[in-house]
Amino acid sequence: MTHFFPALLQAIPQGVDYIRILPELVLSVFGIAVMVLDPLVDEEKSQKLLGYIALVGTIAGLASTWYMASSPGMAFSDMVKVDTFSVFFHYLVIAIAGVVILSSFEYMAVQRIRAGEYYALILFGVVGMGLMSSAVELVLIFVALEISSISTYILAGFRRHEASSSESSLKYFLLGSFATAFFLYGVAMMFGATGSTNIDVIGQKLQAVPASVLVYVAMALMFVGLGFKVAAAPFHVWTPDVYEGAPAPIVGLMSTGPKAAAFAVLLRVVFETNAPGLFWMLWIAAALSMTLGNIGALVQNNIKRLLAYSSIAHAGYLLVAFAMTTPQNSLNGISAAMFYTAAYAAMNVGAFAVISHFANAGERYVTLEDYEGLGRTSPLLAATLTIFLLSLIGIPMTGGFFAKFYVFSAALRANLIWLTLIGVANSAIGAYYYLRIIVVMYMKEPRKVVPVMPVSFGLGTALAISVLATLYLGILPNRILQYAQESAHYVLPRASVTNAANTNQVTPTSGVAEH
Amino acid sequence: MSTDSLSPYILTLVTFVPLAGALFLTVLPRRDRDIRIISLIVSLIAFVASLHLPVYFHRSQAGFQYEIDKQWISSPNIHYHMGIDGISLWLVVLTTFLTPLCVLISWKSVHDRVKEFFILLLILETALIGVFTSLDLFLFYFFWEATLIPMALLIGVFGHERKVYAAVKFFMYTMIASVFMLAAILWLYAQTGTFDFVEIEKQLQAGTVTNFPAAAQWLFLGFFIAFAVKVPLFPFHTWLPDAHVEAPTAGSVLLAGVLLKMGTYGMLRFNLSLFPEQSRHNAPWIMILALIGIIYGALVAMVQPNMKKLIAYSSVSHLGFVVLGIFSFTQLGLNGAMFVMLAHGVSTGGLFMLAGILHERRHTYEIAEFGGLASIMPVYAASYLFIVLASVGLPLLNGFIGEFLVLSGAFQARAAYGVLAATGVIWSACYLLWMYQRVFYGKVTHPVNNSLGDLIGFEKAAIWPCAAAALLMGVAPILWLGAIDPAVHAALTPIVQVASKVVGQ
Repeated sequence: MTHFFPALLQAIPQGVDYIRILPELVLSVFGIAVMVLDPLVDEEKSQKLLGYIALVGTIAGLASTWYMASSPGMAFSDMVKVDTFSVFFHYLVIAIAGVVILSSFEYMAVQRIRAGEYYALILFGVVGMGLMSSAVELVLIFVALEISSISTYILAGFRRHEASSSESSLKYFLLGSFATAFFLYGVAMMFGATGSTNIDVIGQKLQAVPASVLVYVAMALMFVGLGFKVAAAPFHVWTPDVYEGAPAPIVGLMSTGPKAAAFAVLLRVVFETNAPGLFWMLWIAAALSMTLGNIGALVQNNIKRLLAYSSIAHAGYLLVAFAMTTPQNSLNGISAAMFYTAAYAAMNVGAFAVISHFANAGERYVTLEDYEGLGRTSPLLAATLTIFLLSLIGIPMTGGFFAKFYVFSAALRANLIWLTLIGVANSAIGAYYYLRIIVVMYMKEPRKVVPVMPVSFGLGTALAISVLATLYLGILPNRILQYAQESAHYVLPRASVTNAANTNQVTPTSGVAEH
Repeated sequence: MSTDSLSPYILTLVTFVPLAGALFLTVLPRRDRDIRIISLIVSLIAFVASLHLPVYFHRSQAGFQYEIDKQWISSPNIHYHMGIDGISLWLVVLTTFLTPLCVLISWKSVHDRVKEFFILLLILETALIGVFTSLDLFLFYFFWEATLIPMALLIGVFGHERKVYAAVKFFMYTMIASVFMLAAILWLYAQTGTFDFVEIEKQLQAGTVTNFPAAAQWLFLGFFIAFAVKVPLFPFHTWLPDAHVEAPTAGSVLLAGVLLKMGTYGMLRFNLSLFPEQSRHNAPWIMILALIGIIYGALVAMVQPNMKKLIAYSSVSHLGFVVLGIFSFTQLGLNGAMFVMLAHGVSTGGLFMLAGILHERRHTYEIAEFGGLASIMPVYAASYLFIVLASVGLPLLNGFIGEFLVLSGAFQARAAYGVLAATGVIWSACYLLWMYQRVFYGKVTHPVNNSLGDLIGFEKAAIWPCAAAALLMGVAPILWLGAIDPAVHAALTPIVQVASKVVGQ
């Protein structure tokens, strides 16, 4: 009894533990506040008021992330790990949610959607995404994954009067549950193989003993689950349908937020466990996603479907950064992947903000023909969309360029020449369909009258933030990249980081010696 | 002393003045007149500032001058490294010289979306200057790609009937080709750890780059394809006639005058300096392609019924001379190549302006629609003749010097090439003078043409500087060649070293 008591005390979470999940706590509180207030205020006012509360919630979330960053370490019996890596993704997903909420103000009013659950679900979703990036316990990761997924399932169906939206929601839900089940199977098998569900412990175990078949199966199953979440081929088939039906701002959210979080999990699972047998799986998934995504996008006429295929392609570019084997290359790959998620978030959220504004009531105007002559009728909106599209192509001075640049140069340094060539060729194909949108906007005369409302303050702010972020990442990528590089060290197992530092010093001299 | 202290920043100033002007235009209200005047002022400021460069340039020195080297991004190791030598010096001045003329020639002809037009034009100028001034491969690639967007938009928004087709074709051709260059640049960065052109050149010459011998041929081709499409070298030229025919006049002027030179400049700067050995290996087939370009371009130009298409194909032919001169690896040939670049920029720029003036009055480029214009528009006809003669290569005008030097170089390299290329000079006289005859001499066949007005003030202001420059370049080429010669010599040195190594073995 006497020695049991201190052990019990230790097991009870300490004060600092709560600081390490502070953003999640704050966001949950705001989410609950939105839900509670929803029936109390009348419908007219609720839209604005609840929106602002949610917005304040995300700002408080960012502030609490900043506070959380000052006390890094493990929490809740090593289930949660706060390091610069998780702080990075916290900032990212919360900022995404903030911008999406800003761009939703106008959308909600136009589409006549009841606001209460909508904003609350966004906040709850972000809780899940944040937790995904800081959890190092596979079971907790699963829980976080479900929190974020379930809120996005519901959000996808928010245009209740549209059949396509319900279809989108149901499809996403059924296939998504299927995929998370795969993930859970993988976790169970990993537990069977290593006796632990903690990523660090698994990593140590795998280094100590040669991996059994079970480990390979477990990694493959987990990859299926996460591959679905990031919309990587061959688990991408759901994407176009779901994106087409879901509300446009929500597509902006779910193509970036949950994706970034799932990539964070994938980074931890792939690199921190350092499990064998993933290389070719990632290689093939990357090559397939890039190619299928780009080819699929070529023939699309609906702009939401087009960007859905583009998001598959971008998942492919991102996966290129995962196909690393040596520790030094892994560091490059991890930081490149982190930068990519940030740059992609900035441009894609922005693009969907423009699309949601332009779609108008009932999302009537979402085909390429509707965009004809937009450059003349609303030049500013068209110029903004052009910046995002140029960034998606990967034109210099935009975030998209450096994102691709870091990924491909990491791949080249790892001697993945073929994968780089596939990627570079794909970026050239990709340029064509993004360009098509720019061409119809500027070079075609409008064939029908498409009403464009004046841009509201909230949307204007959202667009300004996205444009600034895209250009900032394209002109001064240094700070974000350095932050990502520092964070990358936390994702690798301790031993290999020191190895990497050593090999880093040795290579130049050996290179000289050969000649 | 005061000029010296200005030196490091003058290039930055010249490069970004147009961009600053473009940004200023964005906030201006849509009063077309104001926008035109401000664009003219901005482009003139850039021109005057760029005149600082040749005035204080140390002609006898071969290395880079006015250098500025500051770290921009630490990882990857990207520097804001700019500098010019005798090769890039004149291309910068050519760009700043042509842009105000483009503003003038567009004064009346652009009346829809005027603000967007001039913003794009000024952005394009910044990007073009940046291409010639950057010494960091990354910066270079950035400006290289940055020229694409404003040019494609100028064609696609302000062009003629098939503008969208031409714009997309132009964009895709050059974009896909430059992706290969990006891959090569990335490879170099991965192996050397720097994007700095001077540093990479040093490392490659010292032979400390791992895996370089195996990859060198691919790297050479990666750069070469991007440049060859831009030049355009036969058989990559098919985008050019479409782009020219559909582009607005100012777009054509900058496209032919400067954009094409990005390709030949790139060959001269990057292919020759970084990969001297591969340049030598590949020279035979490149020279043959250049010869095909010279003759084929000229023959196709001859049968064109469309004036602008004719000038476009004449560009293919003239740029063939440039490539031939570069890959002859002789001092004369390279000097000549540089001079043809400048001369072609001035005289073909002038031809496109003149064609544009006619199009504005009659809305067609068909040669058959005209005839006997000499009596109706005498000033126009005289100016046209002057520029045509400059382009044909009449001695004492600019075309002659460059072609003469290139041909001498080609003879030194291989006599047969010189002979074949020399026929190109004859062809060019044929197609240009024949075109001139059909348009200006004889009787007025179409009554509509009787009412055509002669040159007005803006048009004179745009054309006559071209004519004056053509004359000055023809009379006193030494003003230009004095700076070009040492730079070209330095560019040739590694090639000569490679050659002597081969002989030594």
